[in-house]
Amino acid sequence: MSVETAGMGTLVIVLGMSVVTLATRWGGVYVMSFVPVSKVKQFINAMSGSVLIAVLTPLAVTGDHAAKAALLTTAFVMLLLKKPLPAIAAGVTAAAILRQM
Amino acid sequence: MRESDTKLHHLDARLIWAGYREMIPLSIFVSAFGAAFGLAAIQAGLSGSSIIAMSTLVFAGAAQFAALKLWGAQVPFFTIMITVFAVNARHLLMGSSLYPWLRHLSRPKRYGVMVVASDANWAMSMRSFSVGEPGLGLLFGGGVALWSFWVLGTWLGVYFGNAVRDPKALGLDMVMGCFLLAMVVRGEKSLRMSAAWAVAAFASLLAYWYLPENSHVIVGALAGGITGIFWKEQGDER
Repeated sequence: MSVETAGMGTLVIVLGMSVVTLATRWGGVYVMSFVPVSKVKQFINAMSGSVLIAVLTPLAVTGDHAAKAALLTTAFVMLLLKKPLPAIAAGVTAAAILRQM
Repeated sequence: MRESDTKLHHLDARLIWAGYREMIPLSIFVSAFGAAFGLAAIQAGLSGSSIIAMSTLVFAGAAQFAALKLWGAQVPFFTIMITVFAVNARHLLMGSSLYPWLRHLSRPKRYGVMVVASDANWAMSMRSFSVGEPGLGLLFGGGVALWSFWVLGTWLGVYFGNAVRDPKALGLDMVMGCFLLAMVVRGEKSLRMSAAWAVAAFASLLAYWYLPENSHVIVGALAGGITGIFWKEQGDER
């Protein structure tokens, strides 16, 4: 089904996107209300960190040199200073510098 | 004092305000990313008002950029919906990981807080819980900060977008990645976690290369979670 983006069509798509997104924000919480928390604690604990790893790994492996440099710089500054904001700023700056060259 | 310290799910105006303020520095980066979205959406042919409506109602940067790729005079409705769902499916995992704390809230509050859940405020609230501090103020207050700056940035991009004509050249596409990595670096470290992360990394890569687009986060996170169940460590009570 295709929607014309002229007129009301765009609004229909935007509303559809917002409903789908809200469903993802609510769905996990809703499903968990039927599951005893004690049984899935270890799963949740390991899964929550794994979300970040699963976002980052393909980014790091398939990204360009600037992306890789940004992540390496962030990790390095984070280990050094233990403060996220300088680490992020350094990472973004590293990517910007490499892409200017 | 001590008693309130043990209530990690506590949520009041002071905690929300503190969460809002704590998220402002990152939100400024996010507004630059929002400006990049605003400009890209104008170039894709959307009107200014529908772009701002999208950022206000959807509030999910990666999904919004993915929708732009499919934009034209005719837009395939279900393809966009499925893409948005796939990109945002990680919210399902975030919501379930927050449930142990959210369950103490009343239902309207529980779902109200989740309306602004996104990567950065979720990661910060989980980190807060893991060190024994209340995290729901960060989730909600931080979420409101991210949302308001995302909308503001989008608006700036729509009307004054030329400053961010090329967001990649400024490294702006790496803001979220660098932030999430910073959260990983200061997160909990144990042998069990390392095992889960290794499996998650491997599974997400395989999914990225061999499974349908946008499935890698879900596949990697579930694989890591399952590893966490089976990896027993000394001191486990079960």
